[in-house]
Amino acid sequence: MSSPAEVADVSADDMMIVTAARALAARRVCFVGIGLPSTAANLARATTNPDIVLVYESGTIGAKPNRLPLSIGDGELADTADAVVSVPEIFNYWLQAGRVDVGFLGAAQIDRYANLNSTVIGEYENPKVRLPGAGGAPEIATSSREVFVLLRQNKRTFVDRVDFVTSVGFGSGPGDRERLGLRGNGPSLVITDLGVLEPDPTTCELVLTRVHPGVEVDQVRSATGWDLRVADEVQRTAPPTQEEMVVLRRLQATIGS
Amino acid sequence: MAEIASLADAVSSLVHDGDSVALEGFTHLIPYAAGHEIIRQGRRDLTIVRLTPDVLFDQLIGAGCARRMVFSWGGNPGVGSLHRFRDAVETGWPVPLEIEEHSHAGLTNRYVAGASGLPFAVLRGYAGTGLPAHTASIAPITCPFTGEQLMAVSALRTDVGIIHAQQADRRGNVQMWGITGVQKEAVLCSERSLVTVEEIVDALEPRPGAVVLPSWVVTAVAEVPGGAHPSYASGYSQRDNAFYQAWEAISRDREQFAKWMEANVLAG
Repeated sequence: MSSPAEVADVSADDMMIVTAARALAARRVCFVGIGLPSTAANLARATTNPDIVLVYESGTIGAKPNRLPLSIGDGELADTADAVVSVPEIFNYWLQAGRVDVGFLGAAQIDRYANLNSTVIGEYENPKVRLPGAGGAPEIATSSREVFVLLRQNKRTFVDRVDFVTSVGFGSGPGDRERLGLRGNGPSLVITDLGVLEPDPTTCELVLTRVHPGVEVDQVRSATGWDLRVADEVQRTAPPTQEEMVVLRRLQATIGS
Repeated sequence: MAEIASLADAVSSLVHDGDSVALEGFTHLIPYAAGHEIIRQGRRDLTIVRLTPDVLFDQLIGAGCARRMVFSWGGNPGVGSLHRFRDAVETGWPVPLEIEEHSHAGLTNRYVAGASGLPFAVLRGYAGTGLPAHTASIAPITCPFTGEQLMAVSALRTDVGIIHAQQADRRGNVQMWGITGVQKEAVLCSERSLVTVEEIVDALEPRPGAVVLPSWVVTAVAEVPGGAHPSYASGYSQRDNAFYQAWEAISRDREQFAKWMEANVLAG
């Protein structure tokens, strides 16, 4: 590892992206959403995991973009992919059939069982905020072998009860995924701007296991809308290395160009 | 056989008030020019269908063409919200918009069932989510062979399917390549179809991975170079990402939106 980057230059989003990229080190096939997940997956490809297969829902399999796409269907993805398939194929043959190791999801809200809402804030029939909706998320959440969730942590996003279940995490607790017949193992990591949460293997409830540099556990507690469980020994994320930050800045400068 | 027509004539003969219209294109090959022609001709009460309604649907909704939208993800990719869509759902402006909401996998399979001439399609999907409670075209089904619980989605059958492709030949055979989304299914599940193309050529040159729609499944072809802009046509143009970013400010405000539409779509 090279020397750590100057902490002052590292934003909270950078910390999320770097943490997610490191978590992709040992994974083979990753279904990528646009935004932070796409940046993280390409950072992994440039650092920890050059052979990672990136799948975008537009049907591009094994995309190796040199410039980060603004949308999941930028030409750069198709031009650099191993294969370009139709949308029915990407969802039926590739995702549904269990060929994806890691699905990457964001959301507007998450609850303690990692259920995700990206549909509405407020009532469905009479929403306060109409969000974009499900997209690929519900089936990415159920058919990928595991799911990484990326979202900023505060009391608006980490809520006691999500306003709408767009994508299932662990439902209402142990046994729910099995009862629903879901094949994937569900969320394994929730990466936020403050730290990392992982589901308890027995209760399925999210537990704070790591905090990022400069973040205290109490700060994470007060950014959570429920009584947050905290691991006996909370680890601290290693700060980004110079190399990670150099590559990340180079990637970020290319978004949508 | 497909008729080669002008865009204005094709839209006026194929798209009627109250029709259901699928305008497909997955980021690539979005039929913007055809959508703008629908707006210019003042169509009303349409049911508009698309997996990823983005800026084009924001424009159709803001212009008051649509009464209902069937979709699975409504946003400006990589940028943010669709403000005209939100305004219609949250406040009913300019007209209230009914929605039928799916996941990509679910709506995709509705297209597949429609194209296949089946009453429904089956998928592993939606289990545990809030969507089946709000969307009548999703229902649980038991596999007759294994007893497994799966989900069914009803077939999508639209009056008109509209897509943009790179090329057609003079007989109206259509070829597209690159990211092709559910465009083939959108044509095959529709009663009538319109394909706008970058170029009409003497002969289609075979290309790896291309999708070809034979002339006899297409109703009309119109030559509209640049007809996907600000989306793009691989081999002809690049996605205009700067426009998608600019749309955020244009669409936020009703008056600003109306002015932009007047100058850029209605005056066209």
